[in-house]
Amino acid sequence: MIVLEHVNKVYDNGFHALKDINLEFKKGEITVLIGPSGCGKSTTMKLINALNTPSSGKVLIDGQDISRLNPVELRRNIGYVIQSVGLFPHMNISKNAGVVPRLKKWDKDKTDQKVNELLDMVGLDHTIYGTRYPSELSGGQQQRVGVVRALAAEPDIILMDEPFSALDPISREQLQDELIRLQQELNKTIIFVTHDMDEAIKIADTIVLMKDGEVVQTGKPDSILRHPANDFVRDFIGSKRLQNENESAYEIPLVDEVMITNPVTAFPSRGLAEAIKMMEMKRVDSLLIVDRNRQLQGAVSIYRVLDQYGEEGKTVADVMHPVRFSVASGSTLAQAIEIMDSHQLSNLPVVDSNNRFLGLITRGSVVKHLAEVYPTIVPPELNGEGE
Amino acid sequence: MNAFWSFITDRYPDILKALQEHLVLSFSAVLLGTAIAVPIGILLVYNRVGWLNSIVFFVANLFQTVPSLALLAILIPLLGIGMKPAILALFLYSLMPILRNTYDGFHSVDKGVLNSARGMGYSTAQTILKIQLPLSLPYIMSGVRITTVYIISWATLASLIGAGGLGQLIVSGLGVNKPEMIFIGGIGAILLALVADGLLGLLEGWLSKHYHQNQTRDAAI
Repeated sequence: MIVLEHVNKVYDNGFHALKDINLEFKKGEITVLIGPSGCGKSTTMKLINALNTPSSGKVLIDGQDISRLNPVELRRNIGYVIQSVGLFPHMNISKNAGVVPRLKKWDKDKTDQKVNELLDMVGLDHTIYGTRYPSELSGGQQQRVGVVRALAAEPDIILMDEPFSALDPISREQLQDELIRLQQELNKTIIFVTHDMDEAIKIADTIVLMKDGEVVQTGKPDSILRHPANDFVRDFIGSKRLQNENESAYEIPLVDEVMITNPVTAFPSRGLAEAIKMMEMKRVDSLLIVDRNRQLQGAVSIYRVLDQYGEEGKTVADVMHPVRFSVASGSTLAQAIEIMDSHQLSNLPVVDSNNRFLGLITRGSVVKHLAEVYPTIVPPELNGEGE
Repeated sequence: MNAFWSFITDRYPDILKALQEHLVLSFSAVLLGTAIAVPIGILLVYNRVGWLNSIVFFVANLFQTVPSLALLAILIPLLGIGMKPAILALFLYSLMPILRNTYDGFHSVDKGVLNSARGMGYSTAQTILKIQLPLSLPYIMSGVRITTVYIISWATLASLIGAGGLGQLIVSGLGVNKPEMIFIGGIGAILLALVADGLLGLLEGWLSKHYHQNQTRDAAI
């Protein structure tokens, strides 16, 4: 476990980069440090391998104050991956991946074995890539080697400073997945710096949100999303989410966007024969009964109407059953679906605050809405007959 | 043409001696220059005091601008005449290009490479020897090549302060009005420069291959 105790960093020019940082990085977890540029996330991370020394306060690794350790020795026991990768252009991939074991004077066979195993593990066949040079690899492949290099000497702690930020979106996605997969096998203590909220949510066990050299909020990704500590956190999550073009697909729509606005309704005074005629015309099996003020009175199904059809004087008001469930305008579709699901309803009316009938959520309207949100997912030949 | 060939055959030992003196003069100067300028260049890269760098480069530049004849003359009262002052003068000339190229070569190394080396636990000495020196070898070698070529040509002037060399043939040729003598001295210096440049080129190529500093890397960056 890594602990930062009352760490302050003040530069010679008076800039107060870190203000009383108290943090705990748990063993075997991925902790993501996130915040806008200049918030001190990278500075904080570099305290751990002594690339940066605190002006006051302590950094403890497993209870040991690192200011008493030789920084060069310390760094050899901590994996380090940076945005610009920084592979050595004059060494081939195997040599590059094995630099830290060689610094630690491992014997050659052990180094080779470990390097080959790790290269294969990240999808770079060591028999093919081992003898190549960094310039012959793509950006994504280079960073894979960067990750292998950080893991090669089997450190318990790995620091990653925006490691995937410079990659194209596809490679970035792949490497994030790979990191999660590797972590499940290796269980390292990983400190990961990023400015990308999506990345943080995807890989983090714990997120530490920073701003202007201070920790704003610490917590599991889910709890930060659900309970942002203040406006800054809300904005940070929000603005980041807006930047992602696909983001609207994740947003749960409101019932108002999904509902049918012209469902088949009838006044309570309609006769039963009229009701049947109406259902036949509109090809529905039930009618919603709405009065002149658009107050929802009830609903009738075709079976009920046919059941009482013999009694001529009756109106739909006499045979209708009350509507037990409705949802208020402005609710989310998720709420509506939950009600429909838990009460086995085929439809759900939407009403405004004065209980006036606005529209109807049906299974068909939900499917239609999804088809509009994900237009490309629906095969073209099904489009149009979707309802 | 006849006079030319008979001169070569007659004075064969003298020409060889001049050639040998010339080689000693030039290569002592270049070796000394490399041995001094490369470490100074590295120190300057790591030096955090800005004005010190400016001063060192100013002084090295200054040597460069003093006319060679004048420099040789200035050294007579200090070191007298002969080989020693000549080597010293040529050495001072060699400093600037090698120093500059070492400095630039070290600065050309990608910052990401240096950051990752430091973060992984390379000590400063290891970073210099295993990362920066190999990566800046092409720069340093080209500095050495340039220097060698013009030190060989300037060494002809060293004969004026009694250091001998191919320049001796030229000066004597002028004195006794023997064009073939002047010719041999001049052509000898040119050939020597070309051969030295070629050999250093081969060495540079071998080192580049050894450290995989070929064009593909440069193209990729």
